[in-house]
Order: sequence, then structure tokens, then C-alpha cells
Amino acid sequence: MTGWRQPLADEEATAAWAAHLAASLPPSLMVALEGDLGAGKTTLVRALLRSLGYQGVVPSPTYTLLESYELPDRRIHHLDLYRLADPEELEFIGLRDLLAEDAVVFVEWPSQGGGVLPAMDLTLSLAGADQARRLTVEPSSAAGQAVCDALRAASPQ
Amino acid sequence: MRVLGVETSCDETGVAVYDSERGLMAHCLHSQSDTHAVYGGVVPELASRDHIRRISPLIQEVLARAGSDRHDLDALAYTRGPGLAGALLVGASVARSMAWALQRPGLGVHHMEAHLLAPMLEEQAPSFPFVALLVSGGHTMLVRVDGVGRYQVLGQSLDDAAGEAFDKTAKLLGLSYPGGPAVASLANTGDPQRFRFPRPMTDRPGLDFSFSGLKTFTANTAQSAGEDEATRADLARGFEEAMVDTLVTKCRRALAETGVSRLVVAGGVGANARLRERLDALDATEVFYPRIDFCTDNGAMIAYAGHARLSAGESGDNDFNVTPRWDLASLTAPAA
Repeated sequence: MTGWRQPLADEEATAAWAAHLAASLPPSLMVALEGDLGAGKTTLVRALLRSLGYQGVVPSPTYTLLESYELPDRRIHHLDLYRLADPEELEFIGLRDLLAEDAVVFVEWPSQGGGVLPAMDLTLSLAGADQARRLTVEPSSAAGQAVCDALRAASPQ
Repeated sequence: MRVLGVETSCDETGVAVYDSERGLMAHCLHSQSDTHAVYGGVVPELASRDHIRRISPLIQEVLARAGSDRHDLDALAYTRGPGLAGALLVGASVARSMAWALQRPGLGVHHMEAHLLAPMLEEQAPSFPFVALLVSGGHTMLVRVDGVGRYQVLGQSLDDAAGEAFDKTAKLLGLSYPGGPAVASLANTGDPQRFRFPRPMTDRPGLDFSFSGLKTFTANTAQSAGEDEATRADLARGFEEAMVDTLVTKCRRALAETGVSRLVVAGGVGANARLRERLDALDATEVFYPRIDFCTDNGAMIAYAGHARLSAGESGDNDFNVTPRWDLASLTAPAA
């Protein structure tokens, strides 16, 4: 498995990269989002949803724990496990139902779901709180590797 | 008419009894944020079973406190959405089962409608129309309320809620949860001039909010300015000034655009002293602050909203669906 680092100069660069990612996503994938408060995790998900044509509000899921988006040809869930006290609470959120259907699931603070959350296919790590961010992309399954290959084909380094 | 209301849309389990003649007879709340400090990560017990484990004892307790028997209930109301499907289902199935067993109507209530009507639980209730500013950890919204079921969302947060911005700023400054009081207290000793935080979305027309940038600004500034006590206080003050300024600007604009003279401020952030001071100074505006018990998630507002609709002649529904995503704008006045 090989990942890479990608500088994102500003919000426009983030949006452009999110559009590449959106075009490379299979119907079903687990994506971990890593990065400190303010690193731009929700901003990245919002940019991806916009590139898929979603026009509605994309709020932070910190308090609701889960925001789900039904798009014409795919389903996206955005989880923030920051407030989870115990992985078993995922059952209470309805994780089992979420995973019963094809969906791309973005998970912030996935370590909080340890043991109960399925293995991640891809990890996106954001660093730098300035305008410019550094994004690290790391696959951890064949499905994740396929997304990386497609991304590289779409945006050569 | 006597209505039992059940709220289980997210963290809190709330139950209450509201009566046409006697008003709010009793309300009980089991808050999960009491038992695990949300941003601290203390884990005294599993939260996952809490709605299920707490709901029956809470119903018994609230009936006992109200001096009421379940057979005295005329209807049951529960939060049908929006919220977490798994959490909503607990309240919906319990209230719906009770309604079937007692052969009474049951009604699924919109959680945000209940928040908007909650100020009517106070003795000093505002009359319609009013503009409501809902500012809590989960919501930031400006809504024009013309009556039960008659709502117009004027603006809302496009990213983080105001309370969430306080909590995350507190976390960035190394403060404890809940963040609102901690930031406000540190801000008291801070210099309001040292850091000029952005006032998101105040420089363009419209009533939407965006607070995610404030968090990033705090993180950036804290990194370059250092972390001594005075700097942290100045950062807290700069953040609070920006937050309050933004909320007040939008409220003033909402009142001017609607021509409404009553403002209801609900939600935990409404307790902020600097915000109240500034709102109280608004010209020709009567400002209402419902007590905090009715501002956070609770059963009383669900009982009240269910009662308001049923007593206006709406009949209960007979299904037992929940609606995790439910647009407030889709509501209509009670159908008699």
C-alpha cells in the first residue's frame, strides 16, 4: 500500500482535490478523517458533497454525531465520534443500519469507535491551520488502494 | 387535556406532563452529558443503553411528581425528528405503545418546533409574532414565529453551531467543558482590543452564520501569540467579542427585516452575559430569555408542542415512524 502527501494551497485547492476524490469513490468505502480542531475535516467533506451537486447545508456533526446525505446515485454518511464515550454507543447511533446499505462513510475521530467500527479503507490526514494545508492520503485495504490509484491517474503529481 | 411528552432525539432523555388547566405539572430529565463530561472523556457508564434504561423509570417518576396516573393522560407526544434514528426510536416506540395500550391519540412532534414553542411555557410568554434566536451546542438559527406551525427560517449556521464554537475554542485554550462559561469567565480579564477576530458573514446581506473560521482563527493565533495566561484571556475575549457582535448584528438585521419587535433568545449560549447586555440594549425590542431548563433538550417542550397541536384540533397519527431528517419549513399550522 502506498500513500502520498498532497499540499492544499487554499480552500479552492481543497475543493478541486475533493472533486477528484468524489469522482474516484466506489459506492461503499470507510474513510477516516484525521486532524486537529480547525484542520478542515468538515470543510473537506463539504467540498466533496458540493462537487457531487449537494446544495444544502453541511453542518459539523460534532453534536448530532451523524449527518447523512442522500444523493441521486450515492449515500454519504459523516460521523464525528468526538463525543462518544464508549464504542458501544455506535449501536445507539444506528451504525448497523448505516452499514447495511452501500455508503461512503467519513469518520472523524475514528479511534473513539475502536473495536466496533469496521476497518478503514482510506485515511485522510489534514495538518496545518494556516490557509495552506497538508493532506496525507493512506490506503489500508485493496478498496482504498484502488481509490488512490484512480486519484493518481486523475491528478498526476 | 393532559399530555405526556417524551424527548429522546440525541443525548438527553426527557419526560413531562402538560395540562390545559394546570400548565406544566412535572418534568424530568436524564442528561447523558451529566454522566460523561462530553469533552473530557470520563466514562462512568455506557451511554448507549441510557434512553432505554432511563425512559420507564423517568415516566413513572414524572407521573408521580405530577400526582397523575397514566390513565389520566389524554394523549402522548414524542419527538419524531430530527435526530438520531436509534435514539428517536426509543421514545417513539415507548410513547406509541403507551398510546395504543391506553387507547389515546399519539403525536410525533418536530424537535425544533418544540424548541420554538418552549418560551410559551414561561409565565412571561411572548405573544406572536416573534423572532427566535436558537443558539446552543447543536443549533444556531434565526426563525420568525407567527404561531403554532407557522415558522420561517430566516438564517442558520452553515457549519459549526455557536455553542460548538465556544466548546471548541475552550478546548483550544485548554479550558474545561462546558466551554461557554469557561471562555466567558476567562474573557472577563482579557483585552478586547488585542486580537481582532473576524465577524463571519456580517459584511454581506443575509442572516446565515458561519463559525467554523473562528475556531481556525483561534488555533492559528494561539500558535503564533504564545500560550501565557494573559494571551489566553485576550484570545477568549477576542473570540467572545466576535461571537457576540455577530449574533447581535444578525438579530438586529432580522428584527429590522421582519418588522417584528419581540426577540426570544433560547439555547445555552443565550446565558452569555455579554450577549444579553448587548441584546437588552437593542432599540424598541422586547427580549425574552426562557429559563435554561426549557432551552436545552427537554420533555416539557415536547409535551407543550404536542398539546398545542392536539388542542388546536389536530388528530394524532397512528403510525410509528421516526423522521431523522425533517425540514422545519415543511411544517404547517395544526390541521383541525
